[in-house]
Amino acid sequence: MNQLANAILVSLLLTGFLLLASSRLASCIRTVAVQGILLGLLAIAAQDGKPSVVGVLLPFTSATVKGFLLPWLLNRAMRDADTVREVEPIISYNLSVIAGAVALAVSLWLGQRLPLPNQPASLLLVPTAFFTCLVGFILLVTRRKAITQVLGYLTLENGVYAFGAAVALDMPVLVELGILLDVFVGVFVMGIAIFHISRQFDHIDTDRLVSLSDRVR
Amino acid sequence: MLMAMALAPFIQGVINRTKAVAAGRVGQPLLQPYHDLLKLLRKGAVYSETTTWIFRAGPVVSLASMISAATLLPFGSLPALAPFAGDLVMLAYLLALARFFTVLAALDTGSSFEAMGASREVTFSAFAEPALFLGLAALARQTGSISLTPLFAAISSSTWMRAAPALGLIIGALSIVFLAENARIPVDDPTTHLELTMIHEVMVLDHGGPDLAMIQYAAALKIWLLGVVIVAIAIPWHSGNSLVDGGAAIAGMLALAVITGLVESSMARLRLLRVTQLLIGAIVLSGLALAVAQR
Amino acid sequence: MIKLLVLIPALAGASAFFIARDPLRRLLLVSAAIVHAALSVSTWIVSPAPALSGWLAEDALGRLFLTLTSLLFLASSFYAVAYLRGERGQQHADFEEGFLFSNAREASFTGCLLLFLAAMTLVTLSQHLGLLWVAVEATTLASAPLIYFHRHHRSLEATWKYLLICSVGIALALLGVFFLAVAASSPGTVTPSLVLRDVLFAAPHLNPLWLKAAFLLMLVGYGTKMGLAPFHTWLPDAHSEAPSVASALLSGALLNCAFLGILRMHQVCLASGLADFSERLLLVLGLLSMAVAAIFITGQVDYKRMLAYSSVEHMGILAVGVGLGGAGLFGAMLHVVNHSLTKAMLFMVAGNLLAVYRTKISKDVSGALRVLPVSGLLWILGLLAITGSPPFGPFLSELAILKAALDQGRAFVAIAYLVFLAIILAGMATPALAMAQGNPRDGIVIPAGRGFAFSAVPAILGGAILLMGIYVPPVLSRTLLEAAALLGHS
Repeated sequence: MNQLANAILVSLLLTGFLLLASSRLASCIRTVAVQGILLGLLAIAAQDGKPSVVGVLLPFTSATVKGFLLPWLLNRAMRDADTVREVEPIISYNLSVIAGAVALAVSLWLGQRLPLPNQPASLLLVPTAFFTCLVGFILLVTRRKAITQVLGYLTLENGVYAFGAAVALDMPVLVELGILLDVFVGVFVMGIAIFHISRQFDHIDTDRLVSLSDRVR
Repeated sequence: MLMAMALAPFIQGVINRTKAVAAGRVGQPLLQPYHDLLKLLRKGAVYSETTTWIFRAGPVVSLASMISAATLLPFGSLPALAPFAGDLVMLAYLLALARFFTVLAALDTGSSFEAMGASREVTFSAFAEPALFLGLAALARQTGSISLTPLFAAISSSTWMRAAPALGLIIGALSIVFLAENARIPVDDPTTHLELTMIHEVMVLDHGGPDLAMIQYAAALKIWLLGVVIVAIAIPWHSGNSLVDGGAAIAGMLALAVITGLVESSMARLRLLRVTQLLIGAIVLSGLALAVAQR
Repeated sequence: MIKLLVLIPALAGASAFFIARDPLRRLLLVSAAIVHAALSVSTWIVSPAPALSGWLAEDALGRLFLTLTSLLFLASSFYAVAYLRGERGQQHADFEEGFLFSNAREASFTGCLLLFLAAMTLVTLSQHLGLLWVAVEATTLASAPLIYFHRHHRSLEATWKYLLICSVGIALALLGVFFLAVAASSPGTVTPSLVLRDVLFAAPHLNPLWLKAAFLLMLVGYGTKMGLAPFHTWLPDAHSEAPSVASALLSGALLNCAFLGILRMHQVCLASGLADFSERLLLVLGLLSMAVAAIFITGQVDYKRMLAYSSVEHMGILAVGVGLGGAGLFGAMLHVVNHSLTKAMLFMVAGNLLAVYRTKISKDVSGALRVLPVSGLLWILGLLAITGSPPFGPFLSELAILKAALDQGRAFVAIAYLVFLAIILAGMATPALAMAQGNPRDGIVIPAGRGFAFSAVPAILGGAILLMGIYVPPVLSRTLLEAAALLGHS
């Protein structure tokens, strides 16, 4: 079990770096989908061998939504937006990966400073969750396109969910479903917004959405 | 070590043959590299007037450091000829020494092709060396020893059970370093004729005769050295019988050679910008392995 | 009964999407608002029973925020009906840049308004911190289409900023909720209950390190939604581009609901002895918000943005009040009521001015007293109220907070508070008074048939603020004290 959790966590870390290094939008979306599926596996693996119907069904649902439904939405948004299928970051890919390495160091440090009261299955759990959140932030800040900002938000949510799965939080079914529904509807609304942005502006560069500001005359 | 000296060109032959077979040709005979070496030794060398003693020293130093590095590596269950604590750092530095002198010899000729190759080589090794070091450090952390012989002996199937992710990451990182250091596709095409696309080949463009033989033999030894490290991690087989272990290790090397040939046949060379990204990816992998080792 | 409070607007909102005829839909909006307001007011007389095994219950804080939201929504629904009647037509010309744009479907506007009410109700009634989070995120998603009512590039930009910044902030708040669960769990036990009552009960045993981290994350997360600096960046854009009725609800009701999230966490910190920590953070962010608002209000050319920054300021005042503790808590609770009423009125009046003057630049508006007497008067009175002048409500609440600061001997806080208030008064008074006085420029005509509700609703709100400044009804005062007691006022 320890091994399985470790393997999943290392794969999650790798997906984080992959997100930072990818230049194609389609592969970024696919990586976030893989992250969602890995998280579902992690939630099942972190339950320490006491499987219950709910305990398996909920992660399975979330893995399905995050692994298939949301990427489908995002792919449709990407196609409808009719944009160049490249990421076009503000800092280079090498610098993004180095930023990711720094984020990993920070998460490992934070993981040491915040020891879990319940001994976790693997010492990598908390740092991986923090790392995924930080990767989400890096993506939000250093990527121009609206779709990559949505991917950054999804990665952030994945990191938060990873933390919840890491500490084997048994959230009530209603809350878990509520969180999932919120994320789904959120991405749905964002997809619609991206469609409108591409129609209105002929691009989806949020870097160029600067017409609202505090002008001092 | 004798194994290394004897079999290294054979591995090179296997790689070339695999590439040929994958391309649908019959290809060179497996022992062709040996014939090439003998042929070169019989030839005379021509030295340009703009070169100095560095040009003659380059191949000698690179061969000498490769042979010295071979004395550090165990094979199968045979211990290394001269192990000592910390010899994995020595291994990396011997490789670096060889590279340093090759680069110097290339710059010594005053030709711009070779200088271009030298600058590319140095750039890529600036990223490949940290990957190598971090990978070796992760191995050392995982097994708890800093000498190569006990390190390889300590990697057994139970280590794999305990630390599969770390070892997997190390193998990934070291494979990329293997491809980069040995001038294989996707980093460099060893069969290209266009100097502008060469990295390793162009640095030794002006060497001939015995010098070229030394360089080619040193290159074969480098393939062997890095290959042994990878095979030792990948095949945690210790049966105690040195013959069986040696046989397993040779089988591993052959498998690695075939895989390298297949990889080379199925990919194209990456754009030079992408090579740096690939090597940074290798650094990330080995850094992760270090972070994950024995945690 | 509690479930009705959430279900009625939710069902009404869902069905509004399918109703084709405009008058029927507007009737649905208003009647749902009336029923909801009646139910909320009735909770003052008869306390409703908890539902969902304690997840939905109404304590004093909930009652206060719920009734405020409900009454504001009622007022806004009348205003909205008049507004939507006037917004009929295929295309409109943009005031600033002159291009033509169309509006969103009225059905989606009305539907989202009602769903917005349902989500906010859920926030006020939720006693389970996880459910609270789900509801706050739901308010973000329900209100985003409201900002994008006028379909043009500026409002789209504002909507995108709002959507993304608030969602990211709220994701951090979810991490805070998880941290809280970790703080409440001890080795070898099942996951603890996140119902507020249970958390408060277990408060003395909460792990302080995780609790502090949880509070920090929730402060950042819900603070983004609330409009505390430096996370307020979505506020001015969203408020300047949204239709006035949406701005009124965002400022008057939504910011309060986000504040409620922070208050719940503050309750937990209080019960586990970390009050100093949370109060200090609230004070710092509160003063920072007031400072930022003061800087950006002076020289602000757009009067709706000016009102938005004023919201930032007042959220800062609320944070300062709670951060001071003691008597400041009562002031903060009173200020919640006063600010919501005043800001809603101001935004509605701003909407009237915008419709007639067709410009958002303060300099280009003049003579409002002559052209729109009621709105002009309300504009001046609202300005006086929002900057804290007697005899209006906000004066009393801001004075109460100041008194708390002085009583506690916090000279720096009191001086900073006064300085920022003064700067904001100076910054807002000049353009606002200039807008009301003087002569209107040529060509300003009042469009024919402007509904009675446009002036009546803000006037009623203005009367309420005046009343609050002179006389606070004892029943309200009792609830305010109860709410303050929940937050630690003894």
